[in-house]
Amino acid sequence: MSDLAQLYQQIILDHSRQRTGEGLADAAGLPSAENHQYNPTCGDEINLRVTLDAAGERVEAVTWEGDGCSISMAAASVLAESAPGLGRAEFQELVDRFREMLHSRGKVEPDAELLGDAAAFAGVSKFVARIKCAMLAWVAAEEAAREAGARAGSA
Amino acid sequence: MTHHHEESTVPAAGALDDARVREIVEDFPVLSEEVEGHRITYLDTGATSQNPLQVLDAERDYYLHRNSAVHRGAHTLAVHATDAFEAARRMVAGFVGAAEDELVWTSNATEALNLLAYSFSNASTERWRASAGRFALGPGDEIVTTELEHHANLIPWQELAARTGATLRHVPVTPEGELDYAAAGEVVGPRTRVLAFTHVSNVTGAITDVARLVELARGVGAVTVLDACQSVPHLPVDLPALGVDFAAFSGHKMLGPTGIGALYGRRELLAELPPFLTGGSMITRVTMEEAEYLDPPTRFEAGTQRVSQAVGLAAAVEYLSRLGMDNVHAWEAELGQRLAEGVERIEGVRLLGPAAGRERAGLVSVHVEGVHPHDVGQILDTQGIAVRVGHHCAQPLHRALGVTATTRASAYIYNTTDDVDRFLEALAGVRGFFGVGAAR
Ligand SMILES: Cc1ncc(COP(=O)(O)O)c(C=O)c1O
Repeated sequence: MSDLAQLYQQIILDHSRQRTGEGLADAAGLPSAENHQYNPTCGDEINLRVTLDAAGERVEAVTWEGDGCSISMAAASVLAESAPGLGRAEFQELVDRFREMLHSRGKVEPDAELLGDAAAFAGVSKFVARIKCAMLAWVAAEEAAREAGARAGSA
Repeated sequence: MTHHHEESTVPAAGALDDARVREIVEDFPVLSEEVEGHRITYLDTGATSQNPLQVLDAERDYYLHRNSAVHRGAHTLAVHATDAFEAARRMVAGFVGAAEDELVWTSNATEALNLLAYSFSNASTERWRASAGRFALGPGDEIVTTELEHHANLIPWQELAARTGATLRHVPVTPEGELDYAAAGEVVGPRTRVLAFTHVSNVTGAITDVARLVELARGVGAVTVLDACQSVPHLPVDLPALGVDFAAFSGHKMLGPTGIGALYGRRELLAELPPFLTGGSMITRVTMEEAEYLDPPTRFEAGTQRVSQAVGLAAAVEYLSRLGMDNVHAWEAELGQRLAEGVERIEGVRLLGPAAGRERAGLVSVHVEGVHPHDVGQILDTQGIAVRVGHHCAQPLHRALGVTATTRASAYIYNTTDDVDRFLEALAGVRGFFGVGAAR
């Protein structure tokens, strides 16, 4: 497969068009936090909300609205699909593995079991300029989850 | 001093065509680099141009034979370096129709525009108001720029307005992205003290009717500032004939090195303008309490200067002059039309700015429906085609056009019609690759 085909895997193209979690959903009284990320080089932008369960332990939902390239939008969609149901520590683990894969320059075999559809972004790691695109929503979610957790803890 | 450059190999004047451009390309080894197994198609001159061997040789020759600090010390090398520096100034000033004392070296256009804005704010202080009052700004005064501007010709004026209490206003663009001259007549008024505008838009390629805006500004006694970044490299430009008071351009966009650019100012205005940066090289007599300053242009060139870059830029100007700026302009106008026509034929791709057939520089910015510019750029890059994607440092203009980012192809003297066609062909394939706009 060419580098380009690896970058734009079918899963990514599909997610960039059929987006999961698009549209900020109301947190319905559950602990939640919003985070905004912006990439000034290309103007990609996302506003993302992480909602936890009532105990503040599991990710209930990830919803978002954004504008950006197919990689950034697909990464937000895959995240919104993968995160719900994960404990906060598991979620952080997922983010860490995703980040590690993207910074591996194609040298680390992605952990497909842990990453699921997110493993499709392995091809991005060969395009250094696009790593930020893939990370945009994930950084927002990492921040938002941390803040939602803190809120749940202090509530 | 007999250290003249090697005899130039640039073909002498005559209209440019693909055959001549292929000879020109020989002077630019970087254009033979490969990207992803394809010979590079460089269509990003709007961001920065490539350097011909003649420019690289001139810089090397300077370091090999004349390197020294200028305007300091009396040893022979220093004299030779100063000669080279001042000869470069004469050459570059002459290229834009100016006298040598009307051209101030800066690092780039951004620095030139900031120098001006900070000198204006110095003029607005008690320290300088008596001698430089014509540049002083305060509450009630207006600085006018346009919605077309590169951030370099916007943010320095925002900051100047904030520092002085003046109001910043702008001439809007029409929905097609062209300067609204009718609105300009309303925005520019008796309170306008500065009118700053671009000569050629780095996004749309539209060429501003400078005479019209200069007339408006003169009518109200406002100072004019021209961002000539995208005009001086591509069109024959005579700044005094255009009638602007100040102008800025960058060497790296016109075959020269990075780190060198210029501020042009009419002699009598530069003479009154307070300095911005102060220190060595711009003074006559210094005591512990105060200093007297040199005349322009040296008054604005504090500190050790970028000599090899100035020498390199002079070689670039020599290269362009041998080609003839009328020829350069004609060739780029042809490439610009080919780009515009080609883009208009592609379904789902919108051309920003002047439609095909209308006057434009050799560049196009496009919006590909359903595909983000970053993805467009990626597809082109894998075919070795270098274009710029993003907001091109003109966020307000993009907002006015209803897009966040675009894809820009910008041509120069080393681009052939084949380069343009390769770009168009690749662009035509983009929507299909992403599965948008296929026959439904
Ligand atoms: C129209 C215009 N103005 C100003 C600039 C700023 O030039 P520089 O970055 O060389 O200072 C550019 C280039 O990016 C430009 O295209």
